[in-house]
Amino acid sequence: MKQRLVLIGNGMAGVRTLEELLKLAPDRYDITVFGAEPYGNYNRILLSPVLAGEKTIEQIMLNDEQWYVDNGITLHEGKQVTAIDRTKRIVRAADGTEEKYDRLILATGSMPFIIPIPGKDLPGVVAFRDIQDVDRMLAAASGKGHAVVIGGGLLGLEAANGLLKQGMRVSVVHLLDTLMEKQLDKPAAGLLKRSLEERGLNFLMGAQTEAILGKDKVEAVRFKDGLEIPADLVVMAVGIRPNAELAKQVGLHCERGVVVNDTMQTFDPRVYAVGECVQHRGDTYGLVAPLFEQAKVCANHLAELGYARYEGSVTSTKLKVTGIDLFSAGDFQGDDSTEEMVLQDPGRGVYKKVVVKDNRIQGAVMYGDTIDGSWYFQLMRDNTDISGFRDNLLFGQAHLGDSGHGDDNRVAAMADSAEICGCNGVCKGDIVKAISDKRLFTLDEVRAHTKASSSCGSCTGLVEALLAHTLGGEYSQTPSKKPLCPCTEHNHDELRTAIRAEGLKSVRAVMDHLNWKTEDGCPKCRPALNYYLLCQWPGEYKDDNQSRFINERVHANIQKDGTYSVIPRMWGGETTPKELMAIAQIAEKWNVPTVHVTGGQRIDLLGIKKEDLPGIWGDLSEAGFVSGHAYGKAIRTVKTCVGKTWCRFGTQDSTQMGIDLEKLTWGSWTPHKFKLAVSGCPRNCAEATIKDFGVVCVDSGYELHVGGNGGVKVRATDFLCHVKTEDEVKEYCAAFLQLYREEAHYLERTAPWVERVGLAYIKDRVVEDAENRAALAERFGLSQQFAQVDPWKARAEGLDAHEYSPLKRVG
Amino acid sequence: MQQAEKTMVENNWIDVGQVSDIPKLGARVVRTKDGDIAVFRTADDEVFALRDQCPHKGGPLSQGIVHGKRVACPLHDWKIHLDSGLAVAPDEGCAARFPVSVEDGRILLSLTPDEGCPNSNAPKV
Repeated sequence: MKQRLVLIGNGMAGVRTLEELLKLAPDRYDITVFGAEPYGNYNRILLSPVLAGEKTIEQIMLNDEQWYVDNGITLHEGKQVTAIDRTKRIVRAADGTEEKYDRLILATGSMPFIIPIPGKDLPGVVAFRDIQDVDRMLAAASGKGHAVVIGGGLLGLEAANGLLKQGMRVSVVHLLDTLMEKQLDKPAAGLLKRSLEERGLNFLMGAQTEAILGKDKVEAVRFKDGLEIPADLVVMAVGIRPNAELAKQVGLHCERGVVVNDTMQTFDPRVYAVGECVQHRGDTYGLVAPLFEQAKVCANHLAELGYARYEGSVTSTKLKVTGIDLFSAGDFQGDDSTEEMVLQDPGRGVYKKVVVKDNRIQGAVMYGDTIDGSWYFQLMRDNTDISGFRDNLLFGQAHLGDSGHGDDNRVAAMADSAEICGCNGVCKGDIVKAISDKRLFTLDEVRAHTKASSSCGSCTGLVEALLAHTLGGEYSQTPSKKPLCPCTEHNHDELRTAIRAEGLKSVRAVMDHLNWKTEDGCPKCRPALNYYLLCQWPGEYKDDNQSRFINERVHANIQKDGTYSVIPRMWGGETTPKELMAIAQIAEKWNVPTVHVTGGQRIDLLGIKKEDLPGIWGDLSEAGFVSGHAYGKAIRTVKTCVGKTWCRFGTQDSTQMGIDLEKLTWGSWTPHKFKLAVSGCPRNCAEATIKDFGVVCVDSGYELHVGGNGGVKVRATDFLCHVKTEDEVKEYCAAFLQLYREEAHYLERTAPWVERVGLAYIKDRVVEDAENRAALAERFGLSQQFAQVDPWKARAEGLDAHEYSPLKRVG
Repeated sequence: MQQAEKTMVENNWIDVGQVSDIPKLGARVVRTKDGDIAVFRTADDEVFALRDQCPHKGGPLSQGIVHGKRVACPLHDWKIHLDSGLAVAPDEGCAARFPVSVEDGRILLSLTPDEGCPNSNAPKV
């Protein structure tokens, strides 16, 4: 028999938990839901646009009644649960309805805080919490008149804006002298107030409400200082508090909210709690993102998977008032131990403040120009060391020149014919049209429909800005926690952790264990999983050919006409007449149409038919060449200059250093391609400062540089450290490479990886911590024992022969 | 010539090999004078055959990653339905489909493409 699961509270957090659970274990439970409101589940955060007349109730419904039917869920609408018998495991509603449970979820949400003053119960005094409140406000607004909103926080201002749009005159009363003091500092609050005043809102700051006056209904509001103002409607929006009444009544441990652990369990292990009613590690949450994270964790445990943990959330705020751009996150006030970076441009109505401690962002508040809000938020959540770009931080991500991150105004000003995506030739007009005609909401959808930003990705920021601009408030960015691909809920880091912790050793095992949503994955997740497994279990994991992109599967680079290119390794970019003659003879023998010298100091033989690959490899192998891995997410080349052997400026033997590094690292698979270079002096002829790992020889030893690349977004390396000996260069190189192999996301080059985790972190692991450096280098060495096998020789000798011959020839 | 074999030849059907000659989630090519035909094998051993030319820019579909009943073109990552030859929406296009059947583990392929693929004459590259 199925277990019985009862959910008390038919709101966003509770129902999201069910949705997550149904994805993981659709048949585990018989599910029953009690909801006090007589509706399905709706999007409470969009009540403000409903009040403002920008949306209808239908548009904000998340799960209509049919959804419950379709999923076999019993819904008790409009029934408030008043008792729980935890011994017999029975839930009882006010009307006598009873349900038994094996597992119970409390998602009772929050209650508006009503100030205990005379007149608070008069008709015409409303809170701003549910559809009923909105209906009451709309009814009152139809008679126009004057509304008084008590509370100048997020909720109060959204209510005031809505009522103003409905044609009422509106006064906002706030106890303090700063609006939204929990989300804004004084300068930002001042800008906000001015802009709202321009729209027609009236403010009474520092005003303490003493009584609401009226006989049969609201007539006026009186303040401590004796002032009285007339009112036809009073909205109490001073805050919310967790609704833990039921939990308290049945003896569950509560403080401000229902206390839960990291698995969302209350002190009764059969009872879980999620949402605004919860208190977790001392914090309560009233924003939607943390509630959804909680829902995910709770569902994971209800499905008895048992590996997810909720560790608290960092939240950010955006005000949903059309035309006002405002963002805040984290600790934006700062204190004696923090530094503040401020940009103020009163002319443009722009204010930005970023609070920094030890080169890490603690919080940010922005007004007027919030395009970089999600970037700061991401840097804050990832705890990224910002020392590398501190001087440009306030000017935004666009100013780093690394991602073409556009801004809203910039895209708004662009002509429809302006090209956004250079790879696929997609113009602004095409994108905007696709977004509105096809009702696209996410970056992935825009990519699928228009191809914009689906190739090199450098215009991603512009496309996101276009989405935000076209959709207005409907577009929500979701920083971090992005799943690897639509086949799974898990992100890169979670997958790597699961592979390691659960000892998963095949692509199939990962997909089965982590409830993949597709039969056998997709071209995004399979190669990623294959790499993660290969990296985690060297020597043990058997490479899955079919999860390799064609180039890596057949060890050559596919060209536009279906032929392949072959690039043999030339250690450190050095060659000999004998080698060159061998290459020349082989190229003639196989009628190679084009021979080209590459940027990485190699010779590229182009236009090879697939069937000819094993033959040409056999010849190359006989002449002493191995694969150059120019086709792989792998160690590509080590480029060098001639160094002190010949050059009058050379300080060290850079060529030999390059050869040694290439012999050390070749054959290794990496998250993305990895290039090295060694320059013999700071003139840097080998261009070591735009490589993933670059060495610049100096008289006193070697400077090591990391995280550079040429290509779409040129990024110069960061200086890692200076070392004295050749052996140190090799150890540091192996350690850095292994750290990248173990921790970067698949298809993330070193440049974005270094920016994501911060150079300081990499220095910590590779430079400061000698023990860890040695351990990393040792793990790299172990993995190389199995990796340094020439794939060309093996295939020339017959491995994977089916790849290189047709199934059949006809006629 | 055996009678059965003769009928096969008349209908332009040929035996191209065993299912096990193609890796699971992989493909092999049948080379004909009218161009290559890609023969795919899915995870549960279903076999499909399509003109080895992506409707986008003619990429060799046989070299792509097979997932479910789809293949991703190796050149620009268009996804093509193996059973219909149609590009996965929102992309539009079609790779001609060839009738194929499996008998006793052997693959029989017709060299006459199904009709109904409007763009079966994909641009030659």
